[in-house]
Amino acid sequence: MDFTLDKKHEMARDLFKQFAETEVKPLAQETDETEQFPAETVAKMGKYGFMGIPVPKEYGGQGCDALTYVMCVEELSKVCGTTGVIVSAHTSLCVDPIMTYGTEEQKQKYVKDLATGKKLGAFALTEPGAGTDAQGAQTKAVLDGDEWVLNGSKCFITNGKVADVYIVIAITSITEDKRGRKKKNFSAFIVDKDAPGFSFGTKEKKMGIRGSSTYELIFEDCRIPKDALLGAEGKGFPIAMHTLDGGRIGIAAQALGIAEGALERTIEYTKERKQFGRTIAAQQNTQFQLANMATQVEAAKMLVYKAAMKKQEFANGARVSYSVEAAMAKLFAAETAMDVTTKCVQLFGGYGYIREYDVERMMRDAKITEIYEGTSEVQRMVISGALLK
Amino acid sequence: MNIVVCIKQVPDTKGGVKFNPDGTLDRASMLAIMNPDDKAGLEAALRIKDETGAKVTVVTMGLPKADAVLREALAMGADEAVLVTDRVLGGADTWATSSTVAAALRNLDYDIVITGRQAIDGDTAQVGPQIAVHLGLPVISYAEDIKIDGDSVIVKRQYEDRYHEVKAKMPVLITALSELNEPRYMTPGGIFDACDKEVTVWGRADLKDLDDANIGLKGSPTKIAKASDKVPKGAGEKVNLDPAESVNYLMEKFKEKHII
Repeated sequence: MDFTLDKKHEMARDLFKQFAETEVKPLAQETDETEQFPAETVAKMGKYGFMGIPVPKEYGGQGCDALTYVMCVEELSKVCGTTGVIVSAHTSLCVDPIMTYGTEEQKQKYVKDLATGKKLGAFALTEPGAGTDAQGAQTKAVLDGDEWVLNGSKCFITNGKVADVYIVIAITSITEDKRGRKKKNFSAFIVDKDAPGFSFGTKEKKMGIRGSSTYELIFEDCRIPKDALLGAEGKGFPIAMHTLDGGRIGIAAQALGIAEGALERTIEYTKERKQFGRTIAAQQNTQFQLANMATQVEAAKMLVYKAAMKKQEFANGARVSYSVEAAMAKLFAAETAMDVTTKCVQLFGGYGYIREYDVERMMRDAKITEIYEGTSEVQRMVISGALLK
Repeated sequence: MNIVVCIKQVPDTKGGVKFNPDGTLDRASMLAIMNPDDKAGLEAALRIKDETGAKVTVVTMGLPKADAVLREALAMGADEAVLVTDRVLGGADTWATSSTVAAALRNLDYDIVITGRQAIDGDTAQVGPQIAVHLGLPVISYAEDIKIDGDSVIVKRQYEDRYHEVKAKMPVLITALSELNEPRYMTPGGIFDACDKEVTVWGRADLKDLDDANIGLKGSPTKIAKASDKVPKGAGEKVNLDPAESVNYLMEKFKEKHII
């Protein structure tokens, strides 16, 4: 067991850190304040290969591994949670399922443009009435000749409206089991932005990650080609769940980065801020709080990296599941992010509540990591389900 | 077309400068980076590569750990990397360095040699032009723009108040300014490839037409008597006066200091 990063990963981390500090950090506050999607930053990330890190070179990617990808999301999120989730949703929720379940034609058609950043990806499972209970989804797809016809709507979709390619989960049939209970059979589809009948509803105004573009997707007799089906018909639910296993590692990395970023700023601040004639870093309460937070962050990092390495084993062809590792990493990293950022705001005192200081934004950004791509409660269900089966 | 870029690993002076008791730089305790002028030179070479498909080779002379700047250059897009390292080459001043690097360049094919104008540790701006003399190449220093024109280069050479546009036939040596461009980032895939790639390592025995009298500390005519960090200036005196009083105040101070 080796906890030391090799040369490749060290260099990659340096690159992501330098990029984040130079290109992302100066825009982070403005991105939050204006709720503007950071399109220029995303274009730069595309140029430097950040949008296809774990994708093989023959599909336009960088040919790196899952660990390199999570380090990218982590470093970006240290300075801007919005930028972190854009990369995560694109890579884990759109590129990854096409690479895993797509036909060679689909990979050729979509992955090259996605991995090089020419196109942006999104994933649509959640509906107004179906969040944690994803089986409650209503969106339907019916085969009509050579086309699937989609009807329904999806909500809270990250990269919504700015993305070019959407993975959409919809019901393709309803069957009855032996006891006469109805069962929805879902399928996954690749939908282009310009598909007829596909439009966008309202833009969500959010507490955090405010530069991330979150939209409602509307399908009204939306016609897509027959070969837009991703994977086998009726296998949409397992495809969605497997995709979310990967997505959770990305969100865990985002949460880890937010916690690390807040802690870094707080360490700097406590060394400067003086109360009662000495720096607050010289006070034992601060020292103990920092020690606890650093320990939580380190533990989160180990879980996130371990999950990424397990995912890489799968990508290398091993028949392993990384579902529990991903759930543990996301659960712990997200709760760490919320806990650490809340404590960081407290150590900043009144200044921590002011928007001028990054920790205020980071605390707002942290909350969503406990909710999206499976709430903390869902992660506990996944973990306990594996323990008790 | 073959372009060779000479790069140097230098201490990052952003974090402050530290010295050994003998007056030489304490390189071990400072972060090491690719010299900024050299990085601009590399970027210029990579842009020519993007346009023409030229092959870009990077060369550095230094300790084995200078391998790091070569890997960075490869990860940015350079094709080949050469590390010139040998204990007998240590302690070299600009003369010994340029003699050694020129000998390394004799082993390589080149149409253009690019060096940085100067390194942020020594600030001499001598090594590039000296290499050109050793190799008998025309030299264009202080380049702020480089264009290829058939078998020639057209270079904007920067002056304080103007620039000259200089055309020279290849082979040619150009020294680059950091203002030349904004160097690109590495790519993640570039990093993975760079780490797997073999860096050519040359020692003294691999360098031809090189006199032992011109290498290392012994071959360096420059002797450093003493080196020290700049003494920080005091905070100065702040006064808050109206314009007329300010002028009188300044005049008094100038007289006091015998400036006027």
